Amino acid sequence: MNFDASTYKFTHAGSVGKTSMIVGALMLLLTAVGYVSNQEIFFRAYMVGYMFWLSLALGGLFFTLVNHLFGSEWNIVLRRFSESLSKTFPLLAILFIPLWLGMHDLYHWTHTEVVVKDPMLSAKSGYLNMTFFTVRIIIYFGLWTFISHFLHKKSLLQDEHPSEELIMTMRRFSAPFMVLYALSTTFAAFDIIMSLDPHWYSTIYGVYFFAGNFLFVVSFITLFAAYLKSKGILDNIITVEHYHDLGKLLFAFLVFWGYIGFSQYFLIWYANIPEETIYYLYRWEGSWKIITMTLVLGHFLLPFLSLLPRAAKRNLTWLGIVAGWIIIMHFIDLVWLILPNFEKHGVHLSWITFTTLLGVGGLFFWNFWSVFTAHPVVPLNDRRFEASVKFKNV
Amino acid sequence: MEKQKKPVIVLAEFSSPAELLHAAEKVRDAGYKKFDCHSPFPIHGMDDAMGEKRSPLGWIVGTVAILAFVGMMGFQIWTSAVDYPLVLSGKPFVSYQAFGIPSWAVMVLSSAITAVFGMWALNGMPRYHHPVFYSDNFARVTDDGFFVSIEARDPLFNANNTPGFLESIGGKNIELLEE
Repeated sequence: MNFDASTYKFTHAGSVGKTSMIVGALMLLLTAVGYVSNQEIFFRAYMVGYMFWLSLALGGLFFTLVNHLFGSEWNIVLRRFSESLSKTFPLLAILFIPLWLGMHDLYHWTHTEVVVKDPMLSAKSGYLNMTFFTVRIIIYFGLWTFISHFLHKKSLLQDEHPSEELIMTMRRFSAPFMVLYALSTTFAAFDIIMSLDPHWYSTIYGVYFFAGNFLFVVSFITLFAAYLKSKGILDNIITVEHYHDLGKLLFAFLVFWGYIGFSQYFLIWYANIPEETIYYLYRWEGSWKIITMTLVLGHFLLPFLSLLPRAAKRNLTWLGIVAGWIIIMHFIDLVWLILPNFEKHGVHLSWITFTTLLGVGGLFFWNFWSVFTAHPVVPLNDRRFEASVKFKNV
Repeated sequence: MEKQKKPVIVLAEFSSPAELLHAAEKVRDAGYKKFDCHSPFPIHGMDDAMGEKRSPLGWIVGTVAILAFVGMMGFQIWTSAVDYPLVLSGKPFVSYQAFGIPSWAVMVLSSAITAVFGMWALNGMPRYHHPVFYSDNFARVTDDGFFVSIEARDPLFNANNTPGFLESIGGKNIELLEE
């Protein structure tokens, strides 16, 4: 790949995008083989791999919105990363189709004969029915696509015609967008994951899902910036000060994730009502217990302690290791959210999950990489760009 | 008989924040340790210019936080499971889930208190007076004055040479304050 450091543009994007597209397509083909050979577990396996990448795009959207809303300077140099990540929603909408087709296998509440006999599901049938579910999914993807395209377009416009007005426009729109984002992400988490067990509910569920998404996107940006740095791209633009701040965000949201996870657990533990505790009972069965403990230690305690000292956040190697670790933990978190609804007696990971992970991931990365390399990789004409490069932690 | 006065601090004025920053670098490079810079507002990069090391406060607060958490956890285990075992809503005696919350709260409280008073202690606060206030000119530090002060406690301090050194790096209105 070739990079022009004066215009911040790739003159030649190299083979990275093509390679990841080929890997993605091949892996999706294998996933399709998985459908033929193992229909019973296909959809749940696909869902884990798919939700992983959807959560990255959602995290990216939040990162962009929060960037505009706070008007902070340090993350201006990273804005194109998150803008490009959230341009993948149309692709993700297409890749959602298998899940939509598998609705009957995934969601208990789609079985009319069950719903009729179950007073609780009958009461919920005004919300949990196939038509309304489809409508909601279309609304979510429509909203996400609209918001991310709108903000990316304005941001690109800024490269050509920088103006104070554009900065204010992006900020003004980000406020209502943030409300829409919060509602749509929460309800998407309710609809896609939580309704796998339609009897159980938790109002904090969407926030928990969001916390993981944001951790994923910050980890991803950290690793991707480090990858570019290793190629000599943006290495004097994204400095140790930016990595330090990414580390701080990781640290803060690890605590946030732990706080939300504990809040959900604690209220259920305290009230001790069977229809609520069943959620943790499933996740305490057999080898699920190991996964639960892995999350407590690996998704919170270990990375928390490892990012506590200032020096840890300023050491790029160390920060990279922790970021990679958090991404693995986020994957395990999704496994923990989705699969205990089906695998009642212990963890059972299908190879289809991993082919989906690589398949959707390959296409996702190809899409991200094409958008990212097609434009200047930083908002170079933003009034605050210079300040962002020179930013220093006090 | 009046007590013999001794020099305690030397004060030099500079005309701008940039000058103060460069003066700080020169004082630092000359090897002085017990010196300070005074300005009406914070100056970016001053910590580096003065050669300040990072404050150990974080490590102090961290230690207190861990001790507070463990201590509060231990205290609750002792009261609820050892000294006066009591069944509450059918939960086990050692309900770490519930104990975690007061432990966390006490950890936050003691960390905050340690941070505030630790900052005071490390800054030598509270104090009622400082030798720089012997200078009438120093009052301008809250308005438009930029000052460097070097204390007599500094091993390099010399009542004959130090004022001259400050003058040589651009200081004006040099005052040797005695106590």
